[in-house]
Amino acid sequence: MIEIHNLSKLYPLAGGYRTVLDNLNFTISPGEKIGILGRNGAGKSTLIRILSGAEQPTSGSVKRSMSLSWPLAFGGAFQGSLTGLDNLKFICRIYGMPYQDKIAYVQEFTELGKYLREPVKTYSSGMRARLAFAISMAIEFDCFLIDEIISVGDARFHAKCQHELFEKRAERSFIIVSHEAHNIREHCTKACVLHQGKLHEFSDVDTAYTWYQGVTA
Amino acid sequence: MQETLKAFRIQSRVIGALLLREVITRYGRHNIGFMWLFAEPMLFTLGVTALWSLAGMHHNSPLPIVAFAVTGYSSVLLWRNMPGKLVCAIEPNLSLMYHRQVKIIDIFLSRLALEAVGATVSFIVLSALWVSLGLMKLPEDVLKVLFGWFMLAWFGASLAIFLGALSGRSELVDKLWHPASYILFPLSGAAYMVDWLPKAAQEAVLYLPMVHGVEILRDGYFGAVVKTHYDVTYMAAWCLGLTVLGLAQVRVVSRMVTPE
Repeated sequence: MIEIHNLSKLYPLAGGYRTVLDNLNFTISPGEKIGILGRNGAGKSTLIRILSGAEQPTSGSVKRSMSLSWPLAFGGAFQGSLTGLDNLKFICRIYGMPYQDKIAYVQEFTELGKYLREPVKTYSSGMRARLAFAISMAIEFDCFLIDEIISVGDARFHAKCQHELFEKRAERSFIIVSHEAHNIREHCTKACVLHQGKLHEFSDVDTAYTWYQGVTA
Repeated sequence: MQETLKAFRIQSRVIGALLLREVITRYGRHNIGFMWLFAEPMLFTLGVTALWSLAGMHHNSPLPIVAFAVTGYSSVLLWRNMPGKLVCAIEPNLSLMYHRQVKIIDIFLSRLALEAVGATVSFIVLSALWVSLGLMKLPEDVLKVLFGWFMLAWFGASLAIFLGALSGRSELVDKLWHPASYILFPLSGAAYMVDWLPKAAQEAVLYLPMVHGVEILRDGYFGAVVKTHYDVTYMAAWCLGLTVLGLAQVRVVSRMVTPE
């Protein structure tokens, strides 16, 4: 379970504050798949970062009683002078997992070959995306936070990601934020719309989408 | 208690991982790799020792120039490099803070640990080298040397945490630290003994906390050959004050950072 109570986030702005998230309350149960729709700048990524614990809310609380991933973004933020393997080791170390038995999986998924032991700055953007995704899958979580589904890479990479995330890990929870409805329609059982700092919950994706179109048109 | 222990385990894990990462990003795997951690400060100290010997600084005093330079410059490296490494340490590491267990204080502590280890190993190795070549004697009072070294490290670390956290709020800190650290170097006690100065100047320089640390270190190293002036309580008060202010600032900045 993840419980969000009276969560608000304000950012300082020249001459005042902007309320990005305004007193949100909701819960995520094990196995639940929630999609959050919102326009650019609606606060989707902020919400994901606060849920993950990477950023602190201005007020309110996030209670996590199941393990929650970091915000999976598929561009991947890597230190260019480190190798792909160094990055894998670092992530495994901070999560307290042995990395030795993850190498084969990452090697196979990323198809990086010898490049796994070369600095990330020599990678193409597709290689980076594959590495970022494979490292995200190396640590298991009960709930995955996904910020805008896979916008990089080719069709083959997309198919592999879909398989890893939504087929092999079908029993897990997901929170997916996106500005496009089809991603959410495909994978989520419940949808919300983040609009002007408020989170509006809907029982099914289509009602949410109709409402989203109404307010953003 | 159980919770605290768990938190402590996570934090040690994170700091350990950050340490290894920092070593590779800073020194790489080429040539002597992480040995640069000690080699870099050693080269500095060697260069300064050579300069000071040539400049004939030792005419002022009966002190052996090599031991004087090694104790002086090593202590500067210890307290001055720590703030240098923490000022502006937050921004390049923002992407790591996507992982909730990585906190600003962990990034700070891992960098401080590296600086402390680098400066300490270089001090020990250089001293051992000069002693074995007969250019330097062994310290009179090892415990006092260790105590002075510890005080300088504490001062450096607390100043670093304070400035490092402040630099997350304003770029001014970075701009002002560079000139400040150059001006403080000649005043810090590395290149003089307080006793050589006129009375008025002695009182003035003893307002600077690091001067006390260097004096303690030299008191331990040279023993009764030199007359030293220091006040442990005064220096400890500075360190404690900076530690409290620094940790408070880290708390403030932690709430303000937005991972990229």
